[in-house]
Amino acid sequence: MSAPNVHADAHQEHHPKLQHHFHNMAQQLEASILGMWVFLVTEVMFFGGLFMAYLLYRNMYPDAWLAGSNELNEVLGGINTLVLIVSSLTMALAVRAAQVGHRMWQIANLILTIIFGSIFLIVKYFEYAAKFEHHLVPGSSFDPAREPAQQLFFSLYFMMTGIHALHMVVGIVLLFIILRMAWKNQFSADYFAPVEVTGLYWHFVDIVWIFLFPLLYLIGKHH
Amino acid sequence: MSHVSSKGLYYSVFFALCVLTVVTVAIARVDLGVMNTPIALAVAVSKAMLVILFFMGVKYNTPLTKVVAASGFVWLIILFGITMGDYLTRGWLGVPGR
Repeated sequence: MSAPNVHADAHQEHHPKLQHHFHNMAQQLEASILGMWVFLVTEVMFFGGLFMAYLLYRNMYPDAWLAGSNELNEVLGGINTLVLIVSSLTMALAVRAAQVGHRMWQIANLILTIIFGSIFLIVKYFEYAAKFEHHLVPGSSFDPAREPAQQLFFSLYFMMTGIHALHMVVGIVLLFIILRMAWKNQFSADYFAPVEVTGLYWHFVDIVWIFLFPLLYLIGKHH
Repeated sequence: MSHVSSKGLYYSVFFALCVLTVVTVAIARVDLGVMNTPIALAVAVSKAMLVILFFMGVKYNTPLTKVVAASGFVWLIILFGITMGDYLTRGWLGVPGR
């Protein structure tokens, strides 16, 4: 595209949400999606470090990993997996509703996503409470009858699921901001990038759990 | 302006994710020796791919976005590969202090 055309484009399109450094709304959306993915790649590496530690220590202390894993509540973990999958579906439907400009359907799905995200955190709270009760939290209160290496498993369990839960909390805060924008009717079929990138973040957090569930909860089940 | 997936596609992906979750729980109960974890990971990767391609819509994004999205996982493999390549081979030479 030649320079004069670029200039003409920028002035012909008068969408109020178009930033001046973009040619058009499609390019602006593309840039938002790409930018979010760059951030998500850093998140992959961030969680990747924890998965690396998991892999290494599991290799060094396989028995501690199996024994530790069998202390986790598989049923609650499984329910939470399904809860997150449902929340990903409602998130995808919320983005779709924004794309087709269906405001009420979008608001309904955003609220459902917030509810399912909250259910996940509530279930997680009960799981954590049980670990404190059963002396499975690493440190001076850790059950002395257990092999010390199991503290490594539970350290990684709390670190990985804790940081994942923190991401859920951030996601829910973002969803409330998006919900408020949707309520004020700020999105349209031309402009929905904030819903789209929030959806990308939410799905990413779901993907982390998709790996955490089998690696933390299920590894000792066949023994 | 951008791709809009049908609701039916989202429901199908959701259904597949639920089925794969049941599969991963069921397979974990069968003793497959060293293959338990690789199979669990294969199921998890399949689920992640469904989420990435359809829920996140990477299938309909630009090639640039696809490359960036894939790059994160490529670096992850490098991280795991080189680190484990180090730790798993330390005993091979029998050098004191390794």
